[in-house]
Amino acid sequence: MLYLELFATFFKIGLFTIGGGYAMLPLIQADVQAKGWMTAEELVNFIAVSESTPGPFAVNVSTYIGAELAGLPGAFCATAGVVLPSFLIILLVARFYAAFRSSAVVSGAMEGLRPAVIGMIGAAVVSVGQTVFLPEGLAAVTAYPLACSLAIFALMAFLTHKKLHPIAIILLSALLGIATGYLQQV
Amino acid sequence: MHTDLGKTRLLFWTFFKIGAFTFGGGYAMIPLIQREVTERRRWLTEQDILDIVAIAESTPGPIAINSATFVGYQVCGTFGAFCATVGVVLPSFAVIYAISFVLRQFSELAVVQYAFNGIRAGVLALLLKALLSMYRQSPKGAVAYAVMAGAFVLTAFCGVDAVLVILISAAAGLVSTYAAKRRAV
Repeated sequence: MLYLELFATFFKIGLFTIGGGYAMLPLIQADVQAKGWMTAEELVNFIAVSESTPGPFAVNVSTYIGAELAGLPGAFCATAGVVLPSFLIILLVARFYAAFRSSAVVSGAMEGLRPAVIGMIGAAVVSVGQTVFLPEGLAAVTAYPLACSLAIFALMAFLTHKKLHPIAIILLSALLGIATGYLQQV
Repeated sequence: MHTDLGKTRLLFWTFFKIGAFTFGGGYAMIPLIQREVTERRRWLTEQDILDIVAIAESTPGPIAINSATFVGYQVCGTFGAFCATVGVVLPSFAVIYAISFVLRQFSELAVVQYAFNGIRAGVLALLLKALLSMYRQSPKGAVAYAVMAGAFVLTAFCGVDAVLVILISAAAGLVSTYAAKRRAV
């Protein structure tokens, strides 16, 4: 049953995302892409949509996939799934706050989890890089789109480094994408 | 009971506002929570906010949900946690649900496809920036680097399930801190 599958998939994603936000990417790539709910390209597009709309990435992405697959009830099931693990765990932690804070097990596990999340996001970034630069694989690479993507990426990396706002980055790269797209037609 | 009901309603609207006005989620939300919850409503202290960030980082799930649930619980118990969490989720839920109708239709247009070709390159730059700032804040040391490299290789090249990588890394952290403690004794 699709509703249940949406709920269970996003429950698992919510449960195993440590540190929030983009730490979710490797899990989404593994589960959501593998199930064919979203392509690699659609996922990267959606990161931009999520950056330009209010709220956390987790809620945005689960609501969107749920709605696309099964309408309003689907959106509800996916979002409830992603929210519920945090909600239940925080209720538990809030009740036993002092014990949680001084727990050697929690701090020990965090010693491993913190760097692991960085490695995993690194892997997600590599796969996003593939989607951006080599969408059809290494064999089918064409010079013009690759050159455009490289140029836009380099400029945006420089501008993010200069602390330009993410929404400005997205707007600017959209304009450059449109300009280079129509230039190719001429 | 009457004041509790007023408080939970206020919790809902406060977090609704926080959810509606934070773009990019997570950490962008912390200053807003701080302003609303400590300065405006005086529900919690500055120290509480620091604790909330620490807890939200070391528990599963998005920072926004974790903080809303935690603040709600501190202010008004389980029902307060529920109201704050629903409040913070609702704006994104509504906006994305509304957008979902348009997004697929628009994505057929050539101009939108060109725009997203550019946007994907920009998103890669944003992700790289987020990764670098996380790396800068992360614990350094031999074990941390080994886990980082291991998690990267297992996820990127070996196709190991993300959940398994998480579990292995937590175990590695536990073993290494335990070993360090034994050495110290």
